[in-house]
Amino acid sequence: MDNPRVFDHEMNELKDTILKMGVMVQGLIHKAVDSLKNLDRNLAEEVIKEDEKVDQLELEIDEKCIQLVALRQPEASDLRFLMTGMRISNDLERIGDLAEDIAERAVELSGAPLLKPLIDIPKMGAITEEEISLILDAFVNRNSAKAKSVWDKERQVDKLRDMVHDELVGIMSQDSSTVSRALPLLLVSRHLERISDHVTNIAEDVIYMVEGRVVKHGGSPS
Amino acid sequence: MPYIIETEKLNLFYGDFQAIINVNLKVSKNTITALIGPSGCGKSTLLRIFNRMNDLIDGVKTTGSVKFDGKEILGEDVDLINLRKRIGMVFQRPNPFPLSVFENVVYGLRVHGEKRRDVLDEAVFKSLSSVLLYDDLKDKLSVNALTLSLEQQQRLCIARLIAVTPDVLLMDEPCSALDPVSTMRIEELMAELKKEYTIIIVTHNMQQAARVSGECGFMLLGELVEFSNTKQIFTAPKDKRTDEYITGRYG
Repeated sequence: MDNPRVFDHEMNELKDTILKMGVMVQGLIHKAVDSLKNLDRNLAEEVIKEDEKVDQLELEIDEKCIQLVALRQPEASDLRFLMTGMRISNDLERIGDLAEDIAERAVELSGAPLLKPLIDIPKMGAITEEEISLILDAFVNRNSAKAKSVWDKERQVDKLRDMVHDELVGIMSQDSSTVSRALPLLLVSRHLERISDHVTNIAEDVIYMVEGRVVKHGGSPS
Repeated sequence: MPYIIETEKLNLFYGDFQAIINVNLKVSKNTITALIGPSGCGKSTLLRIFNRMNDLIDGVKTTGSVKFDGKEILGEDVDLINLRKRIGMVFQRPNPFPLSVFENVVYGLRVHGEKRRDVLDEAVFKSLSSVLLYDDLKDKLSVNALTLSLEQQQRLCIARLIAVTPDVLLMDEPCSALDPVSTMRIEELMAELKKEYTIIIVTHNMQQAARVSGECGFMLLGELVEFSNTKQIFTAPKDKRTDEYITGRYG
């Protein structure tokens, strides 16, 4: 019964732009964590600069969504897609900002050797990257089961954040001279945990888009 | 919740062709219910069942049950004049009689034998006021109704129904002959009329159904595919066919 519509073409373009933004943000997380791991100031500065492109894409997506709502008066699944698209671009933009925050911590730390070789923070970074792959796949293929699978990953990230926290607090309490080098790492673990939270927001939106069911905050008020 | 109209296992046949298939519909009092669906899906036929207008067509057979205010209306012994007084219909094109504004409004009352001038005057005042036409037309009650604008004519047709104090107003594409501004004003009028009457509207204009109705039914090939509150239908319909139709994918 599916008839191709001009609208479908525009919606697909929008979907592609969101996908592009997602992949870009995923790359930023990777580079930001690498820049920290290797104390690579140049790479960190590259991340800070590239985040501007992410911001531009958010503007582009917002404008396209508003335009489609105004001109096409979408209903039902089309409406849910557009509303979700706007929210996803907003969460991706926040994730981009957090990657930039991580890169700024790398710049801060780049003057002196790392407190210790990083193990858990790169693990957290790798899991958040996987989360983004999963959620983009769920969005593009309208797969709510895949969207739900990000909550498992989020719990792993939370656990690692707690471990990093305990470890760094231990180091700082033994030797207060480590504070200036430990605190930025503590913040990085917090940034990564926030990234993971944003991915779960996107997961909630994807479930709404696919099933028409509100799952955030325990469900719809009505 | 008292339902003013309730159908059960309703079927309608035009000869061998089944135009309505097993429709179970419950319409609540003082609501606007919209029926949407592609041309030929049976929505106008369903609407016409409610005041037995299909009886005028040869070879039509209706089975099942339709209750109006709790009473069966499909039987042989139903007083059709009274039924159509209580369930009136507004059509696509305004169809005032080629008479004065006044005579149009009181036509139904005259048919029912009303002659008292004060009663007729009062009916004209009340009916024209309720369709927000009185101020515009109070000095033109004797002009021929066909000289009015289309929107005024449609309002007059609604006033003509209201004069005989119905319970339900059936509207079959009531705005399709009107421009967007007139359409908007008729929609505002519907929202006003809902306080006193129950309205069932058939419309091809999806946005109109979304704007005016509280409940909405999607029909396809004679079946009522989905019936739910309008918000649900236009944000997250349960049936894939409903989604395909209102997003324009159905063809």
